Amino acid sequence: MVDAVFAGIAILTIGSAVVALEARELVYGAIGLAISMLGIAGFFLLLDSPFVAMFQITVYVGAVAVLVIFTVMLVRTQALFSIKEDRGRKVAGIILLLVFIGGIGAVLLASGLGKPTFTNFNTPAIDIAALGKQMVTYYGPVLVLLGLTLAASVIGALALARREDIEQKNERAD
Amino acid sequence: MNELIDFVAVALFLFAIGIYGLVVKRNAIRMIFSIEIIANAANLNLIAFSRNLHNPQGQLFALFSIAVAAAEVAVGLGIIIIAYRLYKEIDVKEFRSMKG
Repeated sequence: MVDAVFAGIAILTIGSAVVALEARELVYGAIGLAISMLGIAGFFLLLDSPFVAMFQITVYVGAVAVLVIFTVMLVRTQALFSIKEDRGRKVAGIILLLVFIGGIGAVLLASGLGKPTFTNFNTPAIDIAALGKQMVTYYGPVLVLLGLTLAASVIGALALARREDIEQKNERAD
Repeated sequence: MNELIDFVAVALFLFAIGIYGLVVKRNAIRMIFSIEIIANAANLNLIAFSRNLHNPQGQLFALFSIAVAAAEVAVGLGIIIIAYRLYKEIDVKEFRSMKG
Protein backbone atom coordinates (compact mmCIF):
# COMPACT_ATOMS: atom_id res chain seq x y z
CA MET A 1 0.00 0.00 0.00
CA VAL A 2 1.14 3.54 -0.64
CA ASP A 3 1.56 6.04 2.17
CA ALA A 4 -0.26 9.35 2.42
CA VAL A 5 2.61 11.48 1.11
CA PHE A 6 2.87 9.41 -2.05
CA ALA A 7 -0.90 9.53 -2.63
CA GLY A 8 -0.96 13.30 -2.17
CA ILE A 9 1.90 13.93 -4.58
CA ALA A 10 0.41 11.51 -7.12
CA ILE A 11 -2.96 13.28 -7.08
CA LEU A 12 -1.24 16.69 -7.33
CA THR A 13 0.98 15.60 -10.23
CA ILE A 14 -1.67 13.85 -12.32
CA GLY A 15 -4.35 16.44 -11.54
CA SER A 16 -2.22 19.39 -12.55
CA ALA A 17 -1.07 17.56 -15.68
CA VAL A 18 -4.74 17.34 -16.67
CA VAL A 19 -5.18 21.03 -15.78
CA ALA A 20 -2.15 21.89 -17.96
CA LEU A 21 -3.90 20.40 -20.98
CA GLU A 22 -7.53 21.27 -20.25
CA ALA A 23 -7.44 24.72 -18.60
CA ARG A 24 -9.24 27.28 -20.78
CA GLU A 25 -6.56 29.92 -20.39
CA LEU A 26 -3.08 28.98 -21.53
CA VAL A 27 -1.43 30.86 -18.63
CA TYR A 28 -3.24 28.65 -16.13
CA GLY A 29 -2.15 25.68 -18.21
CA ALA A 30 1.48 26.80 -17.91
CA ILE A 31 1.12 27.14 -14.13
CA GLY A 32 -0.46 23.69 -13.99
CA LEU A 33 2.50 22.28 -15.90
CA ALA A 34 4.89 23.91 -13.41
CA ILE A 35 3.00 22.37 -10.46
CA SER A 36 3.07 18.98 -12.18
CA MET A 37 6.87 19.27 -12.57
CA LEU A 38 7.09 20.19 -8.89
CA GLY A 39 5.18 17.00 -8.06
CA ILE A 40 7.65 14.98 -10.11
CA ALA A 41 10.46 16.60 -8.09
CA GLY A 42 8.63 15.45 -4.97
CA PHE A 43 8.68 11.88 -6.29
CA PHE A 44 12.43 12.21 -6.85
CA LEU A 45 12.80 13.23 -3.20
CA LEU A 46 10.73 10.21 -2.12
CA LEU A 47 13.14 8.08 -4.16
CA ASP A 48 16.17 9.49 -2.26
CA SER A 49 17.51 11.46 -5.24
CA PRO A 50 17.72 15.01 -3.85
CA PHE A 51 20.23 16.21 -6.46
CA VAL A 52 18.00 15.26 -9.39
CA ALA A 53 15.02 16.78 -7.56
CA MET A 54 16.82 20.12 -7.18
CA PHE A 55 17.92 19.97 -10.83
CA GLN A 56 14.33 19.30 -11.84
CA ILE A 57 13.07 22.29 -9.83
CA THR A 58 15.77 24.60 -11.23
CA VAL A 59 15.35 23.58 -14.84
CA TYR A 60 11.64 22.87 -15.14
CA VAL A 61 9.90 24.98 -12.52
CA GLY A 62 12.48 27.74 -12.85
CA ALA A 63 13.50 27.97 -16.48
CA VAL A 64 10.98 26.11 -18.62
CA ALA A 65 7.87 27.44 -16.87
CA VAL A 66 9.11 31.04 -17.14
CA LEU A 67 9.97 30.49 -20.82
CA VAL A 68 6.51 29.11 -21.51
CA ILE A 69 4.78 31.94 -19.67
CA PHE A 70 6.79 34.51 -21.66
CA THR A 71 5.84 32.79 -24.91
CA VAL A 72 2.18 32.80 -23.90
CA MET A 73 2.42 36.51 -23.21
CA LEU A 74 4.14 37.18 -26.56
CA VAL A 75 1.48 35.34 -28.53
CA ARG A 76 -1.68 37.41 -28.97
CA THR A 77 -4.34 36.24 -26.55
CA GLN A 78 -7.14 36.27 -29.09
CA ALA A 79 -5.48 33.45 -30.98
CA LEU A 80 -5.57 31.30 -27.88
CA PHE A 81 -9.34 31.28 -27.49
CA SER A 82 -10.32 30.69 -31.10
CA ILE A 83 -9.21 27.08 -31.12
CA LYS A 84 -11.85 24.44 -30.72
CA GLU A 85 -11.08 20.77 -31.00
CA ASP A 86 -13.88 18.68 -32.47
CA ARG A 87 -15.73 16.17 -30.34
CA GLY A 88 -14.87 13.06 -32.32
CA ARG A 89 -11.20 13.75 -31.92
CA LYS A 90 -11.57 14.20 -28.18
CA VAL A 91 -13.47 10.91 -27.82
CA ALA A 92 -10.80 9.16 -29.88
CA GLY A 93 -8.12 10.68 -27.65
CA ILE A 94 -9.84 9.45 -24.47
CA ILE A 95 -10.23 5.97 -25.97
CA LEU A 96 -6.53 5.98 -26.87
CA LEU A 97 -5.68 7.06 -23.30
CA LEU A 98 -7.69 4.17 -21.85
CA VAL A 99 -6.17 1.71 -24.33
CA PHE A 100 -2.66 2.82 -23.33
CA ILE A 101 -3.39 2.55 -19.60
CA GLY A 102 -5.12 -0.81 -20.00
CA GLY A 103 -2.60 -2.31 -22.38
CA ILE A 104 0.62 -1.21 -20.72
CA GLY A 105 -0.91 -1.77 -17.27
CA ALA A 106 -1.76 -5.36 -18.20
CA VAL A 107 1.80 -5.91 -19.46
CA LEU A 108 3.23 -4.45 -16.22
CA LEU A 109 1.04 -6.63 -14.02
CA ALA A 110 1.82 -9.72 -16.05
CA SER A 111 5.55 -8.99 -15.87
CA GLY A 112 5.65 -9.62 -12.11
CA LEU A 113 6.77 -6.07 -11.37
CA GLY A 114 3.92 -5.78 -8.89
CA LYS A 115 5.21 -8.49 -6.57
CA PRO A 116 6.37 -6.99 -3.25
CA THR A 117 9.59 -9.02 -3.45
CA PHE A 118 10.61 -7.07 -6.53
CA THR A 119 10.83 -3.79 -4.64
CA ASN A 120 14.23 -3.19 -3.10
CA PHE A 121 14.20 0.30 -1.64
CA ASN A 122 16.03 -0.62 1.56
CA THR A 123 19.53 -0.19 0.16
CA PRO A 124 21.39 2.99 1.23
CA ALA A 125 20.75 5.96 -1.04
CA ILE A 126 23.25 6.74 -3.81
CA ASP A 127 25.47 9.55 -2.58
CA ILE A 128 26.08 12.63 -4.70
CA ALA A 129 29.87 12.12 -4.68
CA ALA A 130 29.50 8.82 -6.58
CA LEU A 131 27.17 10.57 -9.00
CA GLY A 132 29.66 13.38 -9.65
CA LYS A 133 32.51 10.94 -10.06
CA GLN A 134 30.61 8.98 -12.70
CA MET A 135 29.64 12.20 -14.45
CA VAL A 136 33.17 13.52 -14.95
CA THR A 137 34.93 10.21 -15.58
CA TYR A 138 32.97 7.62 -17.50
CA TYR A 139 30.31 10.03 -18.75
CA GLY A 140 32.73 12.94 -19.37
CA PRO A 141 32.33 12.91 -23.16
CA VAL A 142 28.54 12.88 -22.76
CA LEU A 143 28.79 15.93 -20.50
CA VAL A 144 30.88 17.80 -23.10
CA LEU A 145 28.46 16.83 -25.86
CA LEU A 146 25.55 17.97 -23.72
CA GLY A 147 27.19 21.35 -23.20
CA LEU A 148 27.65 21.73 -26.95
CA THR A 149 24.01 20.76 -27.52
CA LEU A 150 22.82 23.40 -25.05
CA ALA A 151 25.07 26.05 -26.65
CA ALA A 152 23.80 25.10 -30.11
CA SER A 153 20.18 25.29 -28.97
CA VAL A 154 20.70 28.75 -27.43
CA ILE A 155 22.37 30.00 -30.63
CA GLY A 156 19.62 28.37 -32.70
CA ALA A 157 16.86 29.96 -30.63
CA LEU A 158 18.54 33.38 -30.99
CA ALA A 159 18.89 32.92 -34.75
CA LEU A 160 15.23 31.89 -34.98
CA ALA A 161 14.05 34.91 -33.03
CA ARG A 162 16.03 37.35 -35.21
CA ARG A 163 13.98 39.75 -37.30
CA GLU A 164 15.72 40.46 -40.57
CA ASP A 165 13.24 43.05 -41.79
CA ILE A 166 13.84 45.30 -38.76
CA GLU A 167 17.60 44.82 -38.94
CA GLN A 168 17.67 45.86 -42.61
CA LYS A 169 15.61 48.95 -41.82
CA ASN A 170 18.10 49.91 -39.10
CA GLU A 171 21.02 49.41 -41.45
CA ARG A 172 19.43 51.65 -44.07
CA ALA A 173 18.82 54.32 -41.44
CA ASP A 174 22.52 54.24 -40.57
CA MET B 1 5.40 1.42 2.14
CA ASN B 2 5.70 2.52 -1.46
CA GLU B 3 6.58 -0.07 -4.02
CA LEU B 4 8.25 0.20 -7.39
CA ILE B 5 5.01 -0.55 -9.22
CA ASP B 6 3.35 2.55 -7.69
CA PHE B 7 5.91 4.87 -9.24
CA VAL B 8 5.67 3.04 -12.54
CA ALA B 9 1.88 3.35 -12.42
CA VAL B 10 2.08 7.14 -11.90
CA ALA B 11 4.51 7.35 -14.83
CA LEU B 12 2.08 5.32 -16.95
CA PHE B 13 -0.79 7.69 -16.15
CA LEU B 14 1.33 10.73 -17.01
CA PHE B 15 2.43 9.10 -20.27
CA ALA B 16 -1.16 8.33 -21.26
CA ILE B 17 -2.24 11.91 -20.46
CA GLY B 18 0.62 13.19 -22.64
CA ILE B 19 -0.38 10.97 -25.53
CA TYR B 20 -3.98 12.15 -25.18
CA GLY B 21 -2.82 15.78 -25.34
CA LEU B 22 -0.69 15.14 -28.43
CA VAL B 23 -3.61 13.51 -30.22
CA VAL B 24 -6.40 15.91 -29.26
CA LYS B 25 -4.83 19.36 -28.94
CA ARG B 26 -4.13 21.51 -31.98
CA ASN B 27 -2.59 24.38 -30.06
CA ALA B 28 1.19 24.21 -30.59
CA ILE B 29 2.00 25.32 -27.03
CA ARG B 30 -0.27 22.64 -25.58
CA MET B 31 1.52 20.05 -27.70
CA ILE B 32 4.81 21.18 -26.11
CA PHE B 33 3.16 20.73 -22.69
CA SER B 34 2.25 17.16 -23.70
CA ILE B 35 5.81 16.40 -24.79
CA GLU B 36 7.11 17.72 -21.47
CA ILE B 37 4.68 15.55 -19.51
CA ILE B 38 5.80 12.45 -21.45
CA ALA B 39 9.48 13.31 -20.88
CA ASN B 40 8.84 13.67 -17.16
CA ALA B 41 7.11 10.30 -17.00
CA ALA B 42 10.21 8.75 -18.57
CA ASN B 43 12.46 10.50 -16.03
CA LEU B 44 10.34 9.22 -13.16
CA ASN B 45 10.77 5.67 -14.44
CA LEU B 46 14.53 6.14 -14.75
CA ILE B 47 14.85 7.36 -11.16
CA ALA B 48 12.54 4.68 -9.75
CA PHE B 49 14.46 1.84 -11.39
CA SER B 50 17.78 3.46 -10.46
CA ARG B 51 16.69 3.42 -6.81
CA ASN B 52 15.46 -0.15 -7.06
CA LEU B 53 18.64 -1.48 -8.67
CA HIS B 54 20.86 0.80 -6.54
CA ASN B 55 22.69 2.08 -9.58
CA PRO B 56 23.70 5.73 -10.14
CA GLN B 57 23.46 5.51 -13.92
CA GLY B 58 19.68 5.93 -13.88
CA GLN B 59 20.06 9.24 -12.06
CA LEU B 60 22.74 10.36 -14.51
CA PHE B 61 20.56 9.55 -17.48
CA ALA B 62 17.70 11.47 -15.87
CA LEU B 63 19.98 14.51 -15.42
CA PHE B 64 21.06 14.38 -19.07
CA SER B 65 17.48 13.88 -20.20
CA ILE B 66 16.29 16.93 -18.22
CA ALA B 67 19.01 19.09 -19.80
CA VAL B 68 18.18 17.94 -23.32
CA ALA B 69 14.46 18.52 -22.69
CA ALA B 70 15.22 22.10 -21.62
CA ALA B 71 17.13 22.72 -24.87
CA GLU B 72 14.25 21.21 -26.83
CA VAL B 73 11.72 23.52 -25.17
CA ALA B 74 13.84 26.58 -25.97
CA VAL B 75 14.03 25.70 -29.67
CA GLY B 76 10.39 24.58 -29.83
CA LEU B 77 9.11 27.83 -28.36
CA GLY B 78 11.37 29.77 -30.76
CA ILE B 79 9.79 27.92 -33.67
CA ILE B 80 6.30 28.67 -32.30
CA ILE B 81 7.14 32.40 -32.12
CA ILE B 82 8.33 32.31 -35.77
CA ALA B 83 5.21 30.43 -36.86
CA TYR B 84 3.03 32.93 -35.01
CA ARG B 85 4.82 35.79 -36.78
CA LEU B 86 4.20 34.14 -40.15
CA TYR B 87 0.64 32.88 -39.72
CA LYS B 88 -0.73 35.02 -36.85
CA GLU B 89 -1.97 31.75 -35.39
CA ILE B 90 -0.63 28.92 -33.23
CA ASP B 91 -3.09 26.28 -34.43
CA VAL B 92 -1.01 23.54 -36.04
CA LYS B 93 -3.73 23.00 -38.65
CA GLU B 94 -3.02 26.49 -40.01
CA PHE B 95 0.66 25.81 -40.61
CA ARG B 96 0.17 24.89 -44.23
CA SER B 97 3.25 25.93 -46.14
CA MET B 98 4.95 22.55 -45.64
CA LYS B 99 1.88 20.61 -46.78
CA GLY B 100 2.28 18.75 -50.09
